[in-house]
Amino acid sequence: MTLSVVSGETLAQRLREAAPNSVVDWDETAVWVEPSSLGSVASALHGDADFDFKFLNAISAIDFVEHFELVYHLTSIAKQHTGMVRSRVYGREEPTAASVVGVWKGADFQEREIWDLMGVRFTGHPNMKRIMLWEGFEGHPLRKDFL
Amino acid sequence: MTIRTEPMTVNVGPQHPSTHGVFRVRITFDGEDIVEVEPVLGYLHRGTEKLAEERNYVQVVTLTDRLDYTSSMINNQAYCLAVEQLLGIEPPPRGKYLRTLAAELQRIASHLIAVGFFVQELGAFGTPLMYTFRSRERILDLFEMLCGARITVSYMRPGGVFADTPPDFWPALDQFLNEFEGELEEIENLLLSNEILMVRTRGVSPLPADVAINCSVSGPVLRASGVNWDWRKIAPYDAYDQVEFDIPVGENGDNYDRFWVRMQEVRQSLRIVRQCVAQIEPGTVRRELPMVLRAAPGAEAYGRVEASKGELGFFLVSDGGVSPYRCKIRSPSLINLTITEHLLLGWKLADMIVSLGSVDINMGEVDR
Repeated sequence: MTLSVVSGETLAQRLREAAPNSVVDWDETAVWVEPSSLGSVASALHGDADFDFKFLNAISAIDFVEHFELVYHLTSIAKQHTGMVRSRVYGREEPTAASVVGVWKGADFQEREIWDLMGVRFTGHPNMKRIMLWEGFEGHPLRKDFL
Repeated sequence: MTIRTEPMTVNVGPQHPSTHGVFRVRITFDGEDIVEVEPVLGYLHRGTEKLAEERNYVQVVTLTDRLDYTSSMINNQAYCLAVEQLLGIEPPPRGKYLRTLAAELQRIASHLIAVGFFVQELGAFGTPLMYTFRSRERILDLFEMLCGARITVSYMRPGGVFADTPPDFWPALDQFLNEFEGELEEIENLLLSNEILMVRTRGVSPLPADVAINCSVSGPVLRASGVNWDWRKIAPYDAYDQVEFDIPVGENGDNYDRFWVRMQEVRQSLRIVRQCVAQIEPGTVRRELPMVLRAAPGAEAYGRVEASKGELGFFLVSDGGVSPYRCKIRSPSLINLTITEHLLLGWKLADMIVSLGSVDINMGEVDR
């Protein structure tokens, strides 16, 4: 058993048909998509017979100060390959991205955690509440300007 | 005459002997049946990811001990693999073997806790837990010989492990391996075909494979649902490509299968440890590296291992500085909790704690 990696270019080519106007950029490792189209990108990758990305490993959020970057690590258990989808979210007041909970239930706690600690909101999440800290806590601790 | 009934909401935890730490779940009951479940997390949140941004790459190792404190060695390993990927280095062969050996001993220790408490939660107070802890204690003694600590080991470093084994480690390990065989048999004879255990756990809270995958569940819980998926096989790291082992896979994903998969994995880990002992050769245990590590600006790495609870991943981003710019921890315990609702809804109060125990969470890792 060996694990292969689906290149960002392959993902971008397929996504241009499956989810129009979603692709922003790509390189060897990942494809960058619009944060508002993450939902349709997710269902396209989940449903695609060749990609078969049924397993979402992790969602990571990084604060690059001029923007937030969301990183989705994906795996297909049947095809034994991985892929990476990324998205740049601009704005520090109310950065928002589309939720993927409808496609991958495993995103539930991770998106809540990103909202709690990084302050990126996910539209379409059924329960967009803080998860680690309490409601009423001011600020989002993992942001670079918090401390 | 009809009796008026109404649903009742009960807080389980955060101070509860069977929630494996400070896990709290709000459960609404209709009589004995569970009708609503809401996990409440964060009671042990220490901001590990933020703390990691303030420490240099080597210092972060000590933070990883405190994630899942029942499998510190494996946390060390995942983090070190991520840093090595970031720097593009590899440990020397002896370092790899020592890491594999320590990680598998730790997996045995962690599964012994999981199984011991699982049976304790079924009502078998004391005896089975003491059986499993007796063996776990000896593994911790071995760790103490390796690095001086039993729980917060910090044994591994980017580039290998921090010290070679003391001379009396190998005879002690040998003695443990020989005696543990019998102790494990005792535990297996007591539990695997125990009638009470089977009646209480077979068919209870089954988790179908498609639900498990959709909920990003990993580790023994995923394998119990019949999915053959283990990162040690799929993407071997350290010395896992040099050793032979099987992946135990369950059928129904019920509480019994989750318990059974862990029991079988202990046997497989024992097999790996024996092979490591046979294959390991003298040599250096750590690569020569500068005191303070620096990665290239913009470098990224996602290092992952098959931890005792599931896929543990460290996603590191570098800005060229001495500490990670971002250190995201993909914690298996947190994500495995996604299935809490699926496991509990519709089942009885008496099975609730058992089902939670079968997932084997660790709050140090859930809340981080």
